[in-house]
Parts: sequence; structure tokens; C-alpha cells
Amino acid sequence: MNAAPEYNFAYLDEHTKRMIRRAILKAIAIPGYQVPFASREMPMPYGWGTGGVQVTAAILGRYDVLKVIDQGADDTTNAVSIRRFFQKTAGVRTTTRTEEASIIQTRHRIPEAPLKEGQVLVFQVPIPEPLRFLEPRETETRRMHALEDYGVMHVKLYEDIARHGQIATTYAYPVKVADRYVMDPSPTPKFDNPKMNDCPALQLFGAGREKRIYAVPPYTKVVSLDFEDHPFERTRVAGSCELCGSGGVFLDEIVTGDDGARIFVCSDTDHCANARDREAQ
Amino acid sequence: MTGEESPILSAQGLSKFYGSRVACDNIDIEIYPGEVLAIAGESGSGKSTLLNLLSTQAEPSSGTLVYRGRDGSPIDLRTLPEARRRHLLRTEWGFVRQDARDGLRMNVSAGGNVGERLMAIGWRNYAAIREEASGWLQRVEIETGRIDDKPDVFSGGMRQRLQIARNMVTKPRLVFMDEPTGGLDVSVQARLLDLLRGLVAEHRLAAVIVTHDLAVARLLSHRISIMKDGQIVETGLTDQVLDDPAHPYSQLLVSSVLQV
Repeated sequence: MNAAPEYNFAYLDEHTKRMIRRAILKAIAIPGYQVPFASREMPMPYGWGTGGVQVTAAILGRYDVLKVIDQGADDTTNAVSIRRFFQKTAGVRTTTRTEEASIIQTRHRIPEAPLKEGQVLVFQVPIPEPLRFLEPRETETRRMHALEDYGVMHVKLYEDIARHGQIATTYAYPVKVADRYVMDPSPTPKFDNPKMNDCPALQLFGAGREKRIYAVPPYTKVVSLDFEDHPFERTRVAGSCELCGSGGVFLDEIVTGDDGARIFVCSDTDHCANARDREAQ
Repeated sequence: MTGEESPILSAQGLSKFYGSRVACDNIDIEIYPGEVLAIAGESGSGKSTLLNLLSTQAEPSSGTLVYRGRDGSPIDLRTLPEARRRHLLRTEWGFVRQDARDGLRMNVSAGGNVGERLMAIGWRNYAAIREEASGWLQRVEIETGRIDDKPDVFSGGMRQRLQIARNMVTKPRLVFMDEPTGGLDVSVQARLLDLLRGLVAEHRLAAVIVTHDLAVARLLSHRISIMKDGQIVETGLTDQVLDDPAHPYSQLLVSSVLQV
């Protein structure tokens, strides 16, 4: 039985989608700037990607191919349920293959496979405001963005070094976009930060609870903040994937037994499967 | 303080109304480079409001406010764009608050507190920031070993000294202080006053100090203005005003001080 006719295409009504598209266009026009939008109640709890889902719903077309990942994996609860949601409400084709997808909604990772022109990466964002740690007032953070008053960002990094001897921020690592706005890249590991720079794909960020959308247009400069004598360092991943043998990729630690046995495997399941396929041939 | 020098900050006809209530009424005031001006008066006399007006923390209802920048050019503070005002606040001005919690970031280490202004004006070398911060901690008599401690484990006096270091690190020309010794016990007060006197002399700092404590005014300030009901009733050299007050209210204020 096809349940699709009960819903408007991609769940949201057309007026809402237009409203979100306007916010997305503004976000693309001002890279890194947080555009407020009238976030809707979605049939899933906040924190499960309501922002990302709304962005995806607004840009999804009939011929798009959708991939959804959660921590790099296509087969975890969040990814599976969002993929099913759009299968049901939009009837679009879905995939787990990064190269085939035209839209990739993600929570916390950027795929290992390089992204191409024409692809859109949609991030689910819990806290869009990078200045929140040091400045709780929204009126004040907006003024700080407007005036490029970003001294406090370095205070945060300074504190890291003072306490841990190095910049200990390993995810949600702040970046400066197009030499202007400081942006929180959502809780992606800083391992993925360099992939955002000069990326051929369009990167969109949706925060449902906080009602903000922001964007990094294709081929935009994205620089991770740092100190001259403590430069940004990509997390070094020691070892390689237990399943496919890939090195230089982001690994997840999997506990395999009650005795504390553990293995490290690719966080990107598509990358892992491809590598194993190639090996099998 | 020579006669030929032009004032670093001058206000004319400065007024502030809250509805029909008058907090500051038509105040003329001038502060010269290297001069410490005390504003004294009882609670509710409008001295804190005046300090907020002078330091652009509050918008006056009427009047003019002109600051003379490092290069000597006059800057109209009332029409200054927000971005430049903030830059001025960070580089040429300082603000020491009565409650250190308002002037410090309590969840950030002492070093981070002192270094913040440096980072805000573009310092990007961790080692250099840390060295400068530790130098300033030493100068305000905080052990450099405590550079990574947060201010919430500091005593009241230490917090106040940390606040001063945080402000002094960009070598400001003008510092506003709101009851800097309020809530400290007397021996700690004395030490803080000593420190402030040294800094003012060493850096030829201009300062406006709001206080209800005439002893603080006597020790720190060159000139004093006595406020009552939103107006300045008397201004003069501190010793002169305190030893020989002219206005009846000043006489009352001076005679109210308990003698030990």
C-alpha cells in the first residue's frame, strides 16, 4: 500500500518550504551567518535532526537521491528512520552510496569519499551559536557577530591549552567562514574540518530547536581557528579499520565482549563496504 | 596636570532622566590626562549613573560627551559607531567594577581573563599572551603560579586586583572605577589603594573613581566632585574640598565621617 498521498510531498506544506528556501538562499548569500527561520514542529523529537529534516524537505525534488548518515553510518536508528520518513512522505530514491546521492543529510560526520559539485550536504545542528560558551545572551552574541567581535573565541582555545597543554576541542571546533563569520560546524569531529574548506558541494546547516539555518557555499574558504604557536591539527587516527583495513579515516571504537575486547572500525559504513568490495574483487 | 593640556574627557550639560525622575542634571565635567577625579556623594545621588554616562555604558538624555583620542583628535562619543566605541573600550579605556563578578569571566582562568583583551585586538601567539598575562599578574601581586586558577577560588581582594590587571593589559589611558574598594576589609583596601596609586602614577592614567568613602577619595584623587540629587554641588582639589568644604552638603558629608 502506498501511503504517500496522505502527505504533501516531503511532509511540509509548500508555504513552509518556501519560507525555509528563502532562509537557505539568504544563508548562502551570507556564508556562515545564522539566519533565523520559523522552525516547524516535526514528527520527531528535538535533537533527532528536526533542523536537518526541514532543510532536506525544503530542497528535496522528485529526482533527488537521498542518503542519510548518523555518525557516518547508514544503518543506525536516526539514519534509518529519517531515510524511511522521506521514502514515505516524498517517495524519493534513497541510497547508502556517497557518490550516488544528490542530497546527504548527516549527523556528526562528513563522508570519507570526496564530495562533488551538485551534491548538497545537510547538517543537523544542536547548538548553532559558537559564542554561546562564553556569552549566554543572544542579543549580545548577535551584536558580536555583527561587529566581528570575536576575541572570546580565542579565550576558549586559550583555556584549552592552559588546561590540557593543547587545544582539546575535538568536535564542534570553531571555524571562520569566508574571512568573516565565526561558525560552529555542528558536532562534527575536527577531523572533518579540513573537508569543509573549498568543498565543491553545498553545505547547509539546520538547527530546529534553535530555529537557525546557515550555509557554506561551494568552494568557500573555511579556516579552523588556532594560535600561531598552537596551530590547528587534524585528529591523527592511529591504526586502520579492522574490517576493511583502511587507514587515515575516522574510526569508531566498538566493544566486542564483556572482557573489554574492542576493535576499531570505519565510522563511514559506505566507505568501509566499498573498500571491502574492492578487496573481494 | 598642566593648565595648557586639553581634557581627555569632557562632558557638558550631561543629563539623564528616568521618566520624570532626574538621575543626573546638567552636569559639566572635565578629566585631564594623568588626573584622578573622585565623584563622592551618598547612595542615590546619581554618581553611578554619571559614571555610566561618562563611560558610554548608558545613553544620556541630553548633553555632549567628547573624548580626546591617543592621536589628540576629539571624538564625539554620542555619535561614535558601535564598532569603534567597542574598540575604544577595549584599547584605551578600562572599567573596574565594584563586584568583580561583573568585570571578570568567572568560568575562565586568571590568564584567560587577562589575555582576553589582547586576543580581542588580534594577538594570536599563545606564548606571548601568556607571558604578558603573567607579567601583569605579577604587577598586581598575584602569584604567577595561580595563572590557571579561576577567579571563583580567589579572595575578594585578589579578584579586584585581577580585574585591574585585565583592564591594564592593553595600557588604557582612561579608567573608570565604581567603588573599587567596596566590600573589602580595610587592610585589603589599603593594599589595593597602594597598587592603584602606583599604576596611576606609573602609566599617567586618567581615572574617574566613584566612591562614597571619602578616605579613598583623599588617598587616590587629585580632584573631587561632590554630588547630591543628581547635581554636582562642589568641585575642587581633594584636600581643599575635604579640609574646607564650601557647600553646606559637602560640610555635612565631611563632618559625617567617623574619626578613629
